[in-house]
Amino acid sequence: METKVLTAKDYLNKEAIRAFFVGFGLPRLIISGFLLILFILAFIMKMDLTILLSDSLVRIGMNGLLVLAMLPTLVTGVGLNFGLPIGFICGLVGGVISMELNLVGFRGLFSAILFSLPLAVITGYLYAALLERVRGQEMMVGTYLGFSVVAGMCIFWLMAPFKNPVMIFAIGGKGLRYTLTLFQHFGKVLNNLLAFSLMGVVIPTGLLLFFAFFCLLAHLFFRTRTGLAMIATGANPLYASSSGINIRAMRYTSIILSNVLAAIGAIVYAQSYGFLQLYTAPLYAAFPAVAAALIGGATLKKATVSQIIVGTILFQTLLTIALPVTQTALRGADISEIARMIISNGMILYALTRAERR
Amino acid sequence: MADVNIAQPKPELTKEKQLDQFLGQMSVPLFFAFLCLLGIIAANLNPRFLINEILTRLGRNSFLVLSLIIPILAGLGLNFGIVIGAMAGQTALIIITHLQIGGLPGLLLAFLISIPFSVLFGWLTGLILNRAKGREMVTSFIMGFFANGLYQLVFLVLIGTLIPLKNPVLVLSSGIGLRNSIDLIAINKALDHAVFGPVKLGPYNIPLFTLLVIALLCVVISFLMKTRLGQRMRAVGQDMNIAEVSGINVNKTRIIAIIISTVLAAWGQLIFLQNIGTFNTYNSHEQVGMFSIAALLIGGATIRRATIWNALVGVLLFHTLFVVSPLAGQRLLGIPQVGEYFRSFLAYGIIAVALALHAWQGKKK
Repeated sequence: METKVLTAKDYLNKEAIRAFFVGFGLPRLIISGFLLILFILAFIMKMDLTILLSDSLVRIGMNGLLVLAMLPTLVTGVGLNFGLPIGFICGLVGGVISMELNLVGFRGLFSAILFSLPLAVITGYLYAALLERVRGQEMMVGTYLGFSVVAGMCIFWLMAPFKNPVMIFAIGGKGLRYTLTLFQHFGKVLNNLLAFSLMGVVIPTGLLLFFAFFCLLAHLFFRTRTGLAMIATGANPLYASSSGINIRAMRYTSIILSNVLAAIGAIVYAQSYGFLQLYTAPLYAAFPAVAAALIGGATLKKATVSQIIVGTILFQTLLTIALPVTQTALRGADISEIARMIISNGMILYALTRAERR
Repeated sequence: MADVNIAQPKPELTKEKQLDQFLGQMSVPLFFAFLCLLGIIAANLNPRFLINEILTRLGRNSFLVLSLIIPILAGLGLNFGIVIGAMAGQTALIIITHLQIGGLPGLLLAFLISIPFSVLFGWLTGLILNRAKGREMVTSFIMGFFANGLYQLVFLVLIGTLIPLKNPVLVLSSGIGLRNSIDLIAINKALDHAVFGPVKLGPYNIPLFTLLVIALLCVVISFLMKTRLGQRMRAVGQDMNIAEVSGINVNKTRIIAIIISTVLAAWGQLIFLQNIGTFNTYNSHEQVGMFSIAALLIGGATIRRATIWNALVGVLLFHTLFVVSPLAGQRLLGIPQVGEYFRSFLAYGIIAVALALHAWQGKKK
């Protein structure tokens, strides 16, 4: 190795530049460039950057946990958890129960999380048991399992015996409404916690701290025995199992963890948004999270906490500022939804077609 | 115990297996036929309405479902990318609407115009799928969404900005982007009523010419699978490595299979839309893949095996359920939405089960 570097001294610079590009990742570079252009456009058009930045911060904290939910399954090599709606719905159920009991403020938020946890663990276990049997097709099975759970739960929302009048349809007296307002319960409690304004930019301290706390937990977790065993499972399953790691247990744990994070993520998302969106709303919940993780530089077999954070920041900032900027530039045509579709699915395609060649 | 198993005569085992396989193949359609029957009884529909509705839907959807068969035989699994074919078809429709050519000539022109688009899209899809072997389905699924983004970019943003199109019938009043829905009165039922005019058999409207076209497609597909190309596709579908060793250009064969499927999907979407008579520029194609695949699977197809009969029976059963379930939900529970959600639950669920079974069996081998 050393001699090679010495003899190829002339190429060292080129190699270093290339290594930087490969390490940073071409897609990440393109997205960052795109983001920069949008910011410059916003500046030229004299748009209020403080509002754009405030919104971006909220969106980052709002979606962060859902992206973090991708981490465990990527680390153990199960792949992208397209079954995110399963965990997401556990969170919604927790939120709905908390509302039914009329719990408000932080009590409402934490009881929602508490109610959703056992559900997320149980469904996570069942989901893991299925994925274990369909190894190699986890992503497709996960996607359609998620879809069917969302559709099946639509019937549940209609039939479930909830009684709180603020939640059920005004006419007919049965079935939960499509969107439940959280403002009297636990809407924005995290966002408003210790929130302050810095040069016009509102910092949702509580929300960001909550996300940071979970990132820290994840970071520490992957230094424990179990965490390291998970990384080994993803890196080389054969080697891991020959060194005494129960790879099956690791995969199960990672899926359950992902499911639990998705459930908590759904509740954080809802409190930040101010509404619980039921019925078909969670159908595509997995896609933005998947895309953010990939934009951060995660691959189907390897991911780190920092990649999750970078991905969330890049993707969510991009989505937040793309709408107002392009709307001003293109006389009303809304490109943000289109950009979201192209970028997120383009990223997933890139990851799917790249991993094979390694 | 183990000895007994080994000592068992071979032919008997295979016979048992055959019966098993037959029951396995029939169980899904039988189950759904039973469900349909229950739904029909619960909904208490006017049989005349039901039959009319099913005849219409058979003509409307069969072509699209049939477009899925060839990639399955070539080992590419369920081609979720037929959405891309549908977009090619719609592009052709937008062009003939702009040129104001209606009737059967307009529709035939649309069929023609859709070919270069769908061949190009199919070729690109095939190239990408060849880079994602073993993950074709999830890749084609995501590609559908990606293509949808590009489609919207072209028709919602680039029209009026980069593409100079100034047709007030098509373009939004702001001058950028196409309208959300486009009226297809000019070609409404142009194929259904072609040559024979509106055919009525007693109280039933029959899209006779469309049904004939579908029958022709069935013949063409079964003929194609008997040609050398078809044999090559089957070989690739059986085992890519063996096919490669025996001198078949695997990648090329796979691309051809996807191109054929994409072209057929484009035509299928044209047939679908000429029957409906109006088209949502940005939504009409979205559900095409999911509904067609669910129908094919309900007909008893799997990810590695599909026949023309699977497709036709599947369309019949799936669309019977489609018509019946909201009414059944309404009558049984007083809430029509229950039936609607149950319907989409079934569509998603059957795909999930088929995918899981496929992976499960693949692992057992």
